[in-house]
Amino acid sequence: MSDKPDKFIDDDGLRLDGRRFDEIRPMKIEIGVLSRADGSCYLEWGKNKILAAVYGPRTLHPRRKQIPDAALIRYRYNMASFSVEERVRPGPSRRSVEISKVSAEAFEPVVLTKYYPNTVIDVFTEVLQADAGTRTAAINAASIALADAGIPMQGLVSACAVGKVDGKLVLDLNKEEDNFGDADLPVAMTQDGEVTLLQMDGNLTPDELKESLEMLKKGCTEIFEIQKKALYTKFGKDPVLDVDDIDDEDDEGLAQIQVELDDSEGEDVELDEDYLDVDEELEEAVEVIEVEEDPDKKGISNLSDEKEDDSDEQ
Amino acid sequence: MSSEVMARLKKDYIYNLMLKGEREDKRSFDEVRDIQIETNVIDKAEGSAKVQVGQTQLIAGIKLQKGTPFPDSPDEGVIITSMELNPIASPIFEPGPPNENAVEMSRVVDRGIRESGSIDLKKLCIKEGEEVWMVFVDIHVLNDDGNILDAASIGAISALLTTKIPAIGEDNDEIPVPVRELPVAISLVDIEGQLMVDPSLDEETICNTKITIISNQDGSICGMQKSGNGGLTIDQVLEASEIAVKRASEIREKHLLDI
Repeated sequence: MSDKPDKFIDDDGLRLDGRRFDEIRPMKIEIGVLSRADGSCYLEWGKNKILAAVYGPRTLHPRRKQIPDAALIRYRYNMASFSVEERVRPGPSRRSVEISKVSAEAFEPVVLTKYYPNTVIDVFTEVLQADAGTRTAAINAASIALADAGIPMQGLVSACAVGKVDGKLVLDLNKEEDNFGDADLPVAMTQDGEVTLLQMDGNLTPDELKESLEMLKKGCTEIFEIQKKALYTKFGKDPVLDVDDIDDEDDEGLAQIQVELDDSEGEDVELDEDYLDVDEELEEAVEVIEVEEDPDKKGISNLSDEKEDDSDEQ
Repeated sequence: MSSEVMARLKKDYIYNLMLKGEREDKRSFDEVRDIQIETNVIDKAEGSAKVQVGQTQLIAGIKLQKGTPFPDSPDEGVIITSMELNPIASPIFEPGPPNENAVEMSRVVDRGIRESGSIDLKKLCIKEGEEVWMVFVDIHVLNDDGNILDAASIGAISALLTTKIPAIGEDNDEIPVPVRELPVAISLVDIEGQLMVDPSLDEETICNTKITIISNQDGSICGMQKSGNGGLTIDQVLEASEIAVKRASEIREKHLLDI
């Protein structure tokens, strides 16, 4: 482990890695990278390398854990033993158990679990390389993987952290700021600014907390735009056009999308049937229905009329 | 039928009470239940406290052991907090290793003690790089009537305040553990948009979201955790932190300062 730097912010107001105080690290997203998973995403954020995969909805075993009117979201945050300087002992630690729990809860408000009773939606995130902010990075990746799997959601979740170094609040901590900073506040948000994950350690005054949450809202919005763009690049033609087509009527727009989806996904049909069987009333009651018939298409339309932000930290 | 099941049946009742500005046990939304703290209840432990919040009861016990320090902090003692949700405390608790709720709660309690700098870890060093005191904070839950987490946080700091480090060698006396800060966790639940502090078992069972805020003597915040399947608005987070800081300072003055 390196030593604590003398100064985290130089005279020009730049941080150790040259970023401004409210600037996030570069993020790279790849979608559909695992053939066996129903949805997957590889995400690089700074030096973090995260792989997320979604399996399901699928029948939950043991049956006593089934929820009769909803799907269970099961989230696994796991660090590869080689992901950090000191080898991590494989298997769940208290830290990863806690992160897994709160991360699953970060998705509960957006995933429409009511449509898949008695099932489980498994979200697996693997931290291949860790460099501060892995829990937020994993949530950002999982959010995309869920969309890729065609899971109906009200929107995406985006996550980011704010910390405090040299008495100043900074967005998206790097390793040094994480290790030696005075506070760490990871938050996940929907695009409406609803906080779905929030943890904090360190020391913040109430005023700093307020300012942090404002910075996080901005950071999460930025990440949401990156996520949205990645999904459009993968699934959409012209974002605006596609959405209009769907609304309008004709099958052309639908067909376009469907073709692309079929290429990348194989299990949508089964899901649809389950859904229709299970709850026609719900379907009628909710506008999303049309979209739900084709989970993939839904994922896309969500992008246009819904948003999410979330942030998370390590 | 367990009261967890009953609580779900009572959800509408609690919601309608909320609309009238009331709670099941007649408290106001920002009022905590009565707290009783009894210290030094276990002679064999180096420090201990029994805490009762409403009908929630638990014992926090401190054991000290000599051990080797972590390589990255050779001159600092170690604090390890764990919690057991014993089957004696609730019909829905099962024996076995701590589940994710227990792990989460003990880590939040730990966060409060650690991040507030409550214990001067350097004073727990016996010989740098070789031997330090390891402080085990164990929370033993005896009866779950809601909001175990806040009770555990109060129990942990109360027990630490009574903990004595045993004498080493002949010319030393036993000394109290150096406690510099008194972090207090306060939890609030969100029930259909209304924040309620110190949730009862029913309120905790039916709520979507719980937020815990741990604050210091100077009103700064040293730890937070959102838990549960719902979300919160930013304004709710700020409102919760404001209430939590106030309630924490009252509890500190009333119960902790004279231990």
